[in-house]
Amino acid sequence: MLRAYLPILILFLVAFGFAAFAVVASYLLGQRKPTRVKIAPYECGISTPGYGKTRIPLRYYTVAMLFLLFDLEVVFLYPWAVTYKKLGLFGLVEMMVFIGILLVGYVYVWKKGALEWD
Amino acid sequence: MALLIESIVKVIVVFGIFLGFVAYMTLLERKVLGRVQVRYGPNRVGPYGLWQPIADGIKAFFKEDLIPANADKPLFVIAPMISVAAAICLIGVIPFGDKITLFGHTIHLRITDLDVGILYLFATASIGEYGVVLGGWASGNRYGVIGALRAAAQMISYELALGLSVIGVIMISGSLSLSAIVAKQAHVWNVVYQPFAFIFYMVCALAEINRTPFDMPEAEAELACGYNIEYSSMKFALFFMGEYAHLIVVCAVATTLFLGGWQGPFLPGFLWFLIKTFVLVFFCIWERGTFPRLRYDQIMHFGWKILLPLTLANIVVTAIVMVV
Repeated sequence: MLRAYLPILILFLVAFGFAAFAVVASYLLGQRKPTRVKIAPYECGISTPGYGKTRIPLRYYTVAMLFLLFDLEVVFLYPWAVTYKKLGLFGLVEMMVFIGILLVGYVYVWKKGALEWD
Repeated sequence: MALLIESIVKVIVVFGIFLGFVAYMTLLERKVLGRVQVRYGPNRVGPYGLWQPIADGIKAFFKEDLIPANADKPLFVIAPMISVAAAICLIGVIPFGDKITLFGHTIHLRITDLDVGILYLFATASIGEYGVVLGGWASGNRYGVIGALRAAAQMISYELALGLSVIGVIMISGSLSLSAIVAKQAHVWNVVYQPFAFIFYMVCALAEINRTPFDMPEAEAELACGYNIEYSSMKFALFFMGEYAHLIVVCAVATTLFLGGWQGPFLPGFLWFLIKTFVLVFFCIWERGTFPRLRYDQIMHFGWKILLPLTLANIVVTAIVMVV
């Protein structure tokens, strides 16, 4: 069924082609007179001491790791959902066990305070 | 060969129409927001301000194109392209009408029909998130980096609930193909079976596209625009178009999954599709004029502690009801 993906490929080419055309056209059409102040970072007050690569709070890493765990759960739920009508009661029990195990982890994460953003 | 020509014609026609919708989406939003705030909105360029999007587009091309001194130049240029191209690619799998006969050919009103249409939607939407995150990161600006970080954390948090909210629909339809899901809704719309899933989907979708109660990544008041702070000229316009294209697409997907897609009495299919989609688009503009912005901790709490358990509960209840 690769034939169904041919229009997607064309759509990708057209969309990226349009985006590239827009960027190149504005590069050619627009005027460019950069000065030192213009290309400085957009901040107010005294001249900026840093260059934007600030330190990142650890909470963002926690969120990223939790996302990986729970997104895998979502991925497993998709094929199950498609075939659920055929699986019947067996599918129900299987998935209840699966979701139950994940819920234990979810409660643990919650109690540990990983979901807090004070 | 016939498939190739048909595909190219379809893609170009749909792409052109969609781009027109995206352009006039900006005008619609400004008009409706204006009315919400008891003012007129743009009405100087052409009758009722109808040429405003064209004027804005031409202006964007001729503006000075600044690249900040400490920006990561390749990423800085590529990021807005990713953002808009991924949003446009989302229309590839959405069926927007019944089949019609033209010059003796039977043409399905959709670009293509993938067996894994919903997975394609989520995957491509995730690529679009890279545009926002890389754009903020490559700017070399602290506001931009903070905006990008917030965008990343918020989008992945709500992507979970978004993915979970449509599983009920997949269980009822037994398919990931959007055309099959529309066909299953010939008599009863999915929103009747899955009313809560519809609400969860719309809330998560608003968070996915960084729209007002959830527009933390570009909070004007504290981040001075967030991830697109250093962007100017056409690159800024591309981010903007990507956002509006994504908005139209999430409303079109909501129509397809929950509101029966293009099906409806009397009028032709694509008209029904447009009507339903624009009712949802109008809702998105309306709520922007109504709700204040949430704080960031409130957004993360709502996503992880309320939406995630609720969408899981929705799946469990659906599963039990379908077996019993």
